[in-house]
Amino acid sequence: MPRYKASVAQMGTAIIPIKSIMLELGFDVIMPPPVSKETLMLGSSHTPEFACLPLKVNVGSYLQILPQEPEVIFMVGGVGPCRFGLYGEVQKEILHSLGSDLEFVVLEPPREHLGEVLDIFIRFLGDGAWRRLPYALYIGYKKLMALEKIERMVPALAPYLSREWRQKLWEEKAAFVRKIDNAAGSGEIDRILRETVEKLESFPREEPEEIFRLMITGEFFMVLEPGVNFHLERYLSLAGIEVERTIYFWDWFKKAVFLSMLRVNWQKKYLDLARPYLSRFVGGHAVESVAHTVEALNKGYDGLIHLAPFGCMPEVTAMALIQQISREKRFPTLSLLLDEHASGTGVITRVEAFVDLIKNRKLYERQGRGG
Amino acid sequence: MPKLFLGIDVGSVSTNLVLLDEDRNVIDKIYLRTSGRPLQTVQEGLKRMKEAAGGSEVSGVATTGSARRLAGLLVGADLIKNEITTHAVAALYYRPDVQTVIEIGGQDSKIIIIRDGIAIDFAMNTICAAGTGSFLDQQAARLGISIEEFSELALTADDPVAIAGRCAVFAESDMIHKQQIGHPINNIAAGLCEALVKNYLNNVGKGKEILPPVIFQGGVAANRGIRRAFEKILGYEVITPEYYDVMGALGAALLVREKFVNSGAPTNFVGWSLCEEEIATTGERCHDCANNCELAVLRRGGKIVAYFGDRCGKWSQSVPEAAATQEVG
Repeated sequence: MPRYKASVAQMGTAIIPIKSIMLELGFDVIMPPPVSKETLMLGSSHTPEFACLPLKVNVGSYLQILPQEPEVIFMVGGVGPCRFGLYGEVQKEILHSLGSDLEFVVLEPPREHLGEVLDIFIRFLGDGAWRRLPYALYIGYKKLMALEKIERMVPALAPYLSREWRQKLWEEKAAFVRKIDNAAGSGEIDRILRETVEKLESFPREEPEEIFRLMITGEFFMVLEPGVNFHLERYLSLAGIEVERTIYFWDWFKKAVFLSMLRVNWQKKYLDLARPYLSRFVGGHAVESVAHTVEALNKGYDGLIHLAPFGCMPEVTAMALIQQISREKRFPTLSLLLDEHASGTGVITRVEAFVDLIKNRKLYERQGRGG
Repeated sequence: MPKLFLGIDVGSVSTNLVLLDEDRNVIDKIYLRTSGRPLQTVQEGLKRMKEAAGGSEVSGVATTGSARRLAGLLVGADLIKNEITTHAVAALYYRPDVQTVIEIGGQDSKIIIIRDGIAIDFAMNTICAAGTGSFLDQQAARLGISIEEFSELALTADDPVAIAGRCAVFAESDMIHKQQIGHPINNIAAGLCEALVKNYLNNVGKGKEILPPVIFQGGVAANRGIRRAFEKILGYEVITPEYYDVMGALGAALLVREKFVNSGAPTNFVGWSLCEEEIATTGERCHDCANNCELAVLRRGGKIVAYFGDRCGKWSQSVPEAAATQEVG
């Protein structure tokens, strides 16, 4: 059986486990380059202007790898709770209209049983593919767990390090991601993870006078892909802010795939938090965004940054409610609506001003209480 | 010998400098057109400020505005601060009880909401630059009058015409239309002012609670037509401070004064001699990875002072003085 040349679109570090699953299954994997201005330019010139940024980035990503002649592109997601659910078909049409005859396969959470997904793989990989699937998934899972462990550890550690060490921390993280990407087996993943954890724990810590904590929430793709959010998490973390990202790929996967298949109502938790501001599903991740704002408020965060693609209806709905919470509870929030026209300078200026705002406010309140 | 503090605001349209003494008195202020040459304009500003300082050195320098980092690395700033914060600081200096700051500059407009002397919310224009200085300049030029005349003309209007203000381009077409059906020019000028104020309130001020005292600053605050339109629509007095056109630089100077006034720490300022040095920026591209970042390289007297534009930080971190300024806050 010939090996098919396959690819996927960029999406933060989640692409690494997906890549290794594909490799283990027997595909030749073409990796798209990191999301850059070129990706956005290519994508936005072949998509409707008012489509949201995730579509533009996906299409841009595909166009960047097209010269390497992939035979099949997989897209994870679909059955979107917003118009993203339609994008699989839209992307297929766009690529075909540009003269490509590659196959475009949308991997949706199976409606009935996992066999639906397996059928797709058998088409490309032959009958024996299912035997390789458990190991492929196992390796993918191990890589994802390792990546997310470090992704949670790094921003939590940053406020306790000096500026030079924070820089080293993020360099170490980037190196770790590369090592995990190249790791071949389970043992190697474990070893890399162990070594990195030990190394990070050995960084000299200091006790900061004050810790400022920010939560980042919003639309799935905008939060996960640093190439579209101007590396916001790293930027804040390098400045010594404790950043908590509310979206991790595995969390979403667990909910959208396993819990949904088990008919578990995982959304109830979010709806309970979002009430009374929002009491029903309005598409996308709006309920989660509102719920996380309430959560950030309840847990005593100093502020929240809300990321959304420009023109995203669910997140625009959420934004209005987040602003209401902000006004009523005097809780600092900053919504950033981004698309290919967003300027890095403009975004960074707002973020810097927002950081000043939360810092001054906290110090002011502290002085007020202390007399 | 009193300590002196310098604030430099390098924006899209103007470059402003404010020299402050340790008792927060403004010694001098300079307003220059940036004209697309930020580095040379900063040099020009320093040359003039050197005279105002009577040759004495400064104890601290801060930069702000959209070119704050570039300018900051050029002059050796002790503090590099975003323009939202510096404008809030300057407004509070002028009126400690201020609750709303309206700032309209060359291409940016912003609103800052302040309560109990502390900024609690802000917004900046995102999708449209209608109502900012550049647009008003263009429209005045199109009417064949200076921007000062435009402002005075608007005040003489008895019945401002309604002009579609959602978009700068449509405002212009609508204005031409109103001229062609014979409306007098003063009513058109006043109508444009009102349309731009509504545009600002709908886009930038949306959802914000605008309470008095309202301070109006930035280059456009010189325009009395716009100020009157704000007062008419808001129903509050709108105050324009004495140093309305250099508030960003003033805020920067105030912040660096606060940082240094009681400390013996030395300034990073490279000194007044900077205005004679040769400075240049060049564009380069890094091909070390798939990002292919566009790099800008800043040189002072032939020596590389800073790199900008690399995503990984490899280049910008390679200059230690530059790396130290990357921290927010």
